[in-house]
Amino acid sequence: MSTPTNTGDASASYYERARLWGLWGDRLFKGLSVFFGLLVLLIIAGIIIMLLIGAMPALQQFGFSFLTNAEWDPVNDEYGALVPMVGTLVSALIAMLIGVPVSFGIALFLTQMAPDWIKRPVGTAIELLAAIPSIIYGMWGLFFFAPFFADHIQPWMTSNLGGIPLIGALFQGPPIGVSMFTAGVILGIMIIPFIASVMRDVFEIVPQVLKESAYGMGCTTWEVVWNVVLPYTKAGVVGGIMLGLGRALGETMAVTFVIGNAHNLTWGLFNPGNTIASTLANEFNEASGLQISSLIALGLILFIVTFIVLSLSKWMLVKLGERQEGKKT
Amino acid sequence: MTTMTTGEQDAAKSVTFNMSAAVSNTAQRETIESKTDGIRHVLNVKMAIRNLNFFYGKFQGLHSINMGIPANQVTAFIGPSGCGKSTLLRTFNRMYDLYPGQHAEGEIVMDGQNILSKGIDLNMLRAQIGMVFQKPTPFPMSIYDNIAFGVKLYENFGKAEMDERVEWSLRKAALWDEVKDKLKQSGMALSGGQQQRLCIARTIAVRPKVILFDEPTSALDPISTLKIEELIHELKGEFTIAIVTHNMQQAARVSDYTAFMYLGKLVEYDHTDVIFTHPDRKETEDYITGRFG
Repeated sequence: MSTPTNTGDASASYYERARLWGLWGDRLFKGLSVFFGLLVLLIIAGIIIMLLIGAMPALQQFGFSFLTNAEWDPVNDEYGALVPMVGTLVSALIAMLIGVPVSFGIALFLTQMAPDWIKRPVGTAIELLAAIPSIIYGMWGLFFFAPFFADHIQPWMTSNLGGIPLIGALFQGPPIGVSMFTAGVILGIMIIPFIASVMRDVFEIVPQVLKESAYGMGCTTWEVVWNVVLPYTKAGVVGGIMLGLGRALGETMAVTFVIGNAHNLTWGLFNPGNTIASTLANEFNEASGLQISSLIALGLILFIVTFIVLSLSKWMLVKLGERQEGKKT
Repeated sequence: MTTMTTGEQDAAKSVTFNMSAAVSNTAQRETIESKTDGIRHVLNVKMAIRNLNFFYGKFQGLHSINMGIPANQVTAFIGPSGCGKSTLLRTFNRMYDLYPGQHAEGEIVMDGQNILSKGIDLNMLRAQIGMVFQKPTPFPMSIYDNIAFGVKLYENFGKAEMDERVEWSLRKAALWDEVKDKLKQSGMALSGGQQQRLCIARTIAVRPKVILFDEPTSALDPISTLKIEELIHELKGEFTIAIVTHNMQQAARVSDYTAFMYLGKLVEYDHTDVIFTHPDRKETEDYITGRFG
């Protein structure tokens, strides 16, 4: 036996072992990733099943009228989801009305106008806003913003906007600070970082040369943004808005602090109200029997509403993408 | 009005050019003495560039450029990468103004007005000096709107007038026959060459005085390139054209005058056939014969 053959054998067995390891490692890796992938589905299925089972007694008792009934009466064991559903949608709507334009302005400023030395600190501050726990927003809202709002802004709004026909009724209510409107404002502030940072990121990917060609036609900055940047990024912008909406619909702690938690159905936005999430947070501790089941049914509704919002946004993204690409000839 | 110091004048003189840029503000006429035929041509100059220096922050990108861009002619800028030819083109419509830290000194006079002066209305200026870029950049809207967009910024047209203008510019850009049945489709769905002609159509739709082409065919296939070159040739009847190109054959094919630039300086500027047959300067000859760097 000569030495070269020996080394050949040794390296062959080494490669053999390495190959075996690779084979097993590959199988292990594949198994693990399949497991984790399926785990997501399992968890979602588990949650839906739990919600369905838990909500069943209430849904059997009240049927479809659960959605249309404005009563929430633990004493007589009668429950309806209308008030918290409306509250959820209204507070989210107020939040969007505030959050979307402000976020748009922030993203516009950061990407089109701000000098470099201010971009970083402002950009970081926006991201920090997203990192603040929601309970801190709630505390700030309850102890600082609500009293301030009640003392300074609300009286002005009631006296100046309250008299307008049709929409005047929206600006009525006791000057106590905790209200549907306050909750909407706090939510609006909370979703700004999400929408603003998505908008900023998509605005940044607009090719410089595309903007230059619009400027080259003689456009002002506003015309460039409105006619070129926004259409170019509309899919991303819609995505960012939907992300914010999803967050506004499900936010619990901050809203529970400032919304007043009253089962009222009124036009006045300055009245205390309720959302699905805040009702759940408030009542779960002391509920029993049919009330628990009704609360779980509320949770199911929130789940479905969020799911619909997400699906709508996906569908919109696909539609927008199609239109933007056009049909290749 | 900038007053030249003696030092600046010397610097300006130290760069050789065949065409003097001695132009008066009111009558934009320039006497050109070509060294080959010794005949004095009288040219109508659209833009007179005088002692132009350009800075990217502290770095000087252009050094005392003096030249005249003749009206209704094609002037090509050639030179190796980084020689400042695109930089020069981007001073003509003040595109550099978008970027803080970049600034130009000197004068570019068009129609008796210094383009570089502070008081100039940039949007009006850019409407008069159109630009076509390296890559096709259709706006994210329909073919029709791509063209109507720029027109709407300055004209208050009714539908019929706008239709007419859109058709006119698409015909000018030799694109009408290919897109007349799909004006409502997205401009982004066209092929690269069609997109570039759409960009040209959109530029001429606002009826500018000058069109700047910044390497307009570098992203296109040979056939599209040929179409664009023919187009440029057609367009000079109505517009003054300046084109930056990496492709010397292209410069030779499309231009009437050629400027060779190197290291931020204008090395030589003359009739295109002079530049390509018997250039005055060694650097020019080295570059056009491919012996450069």
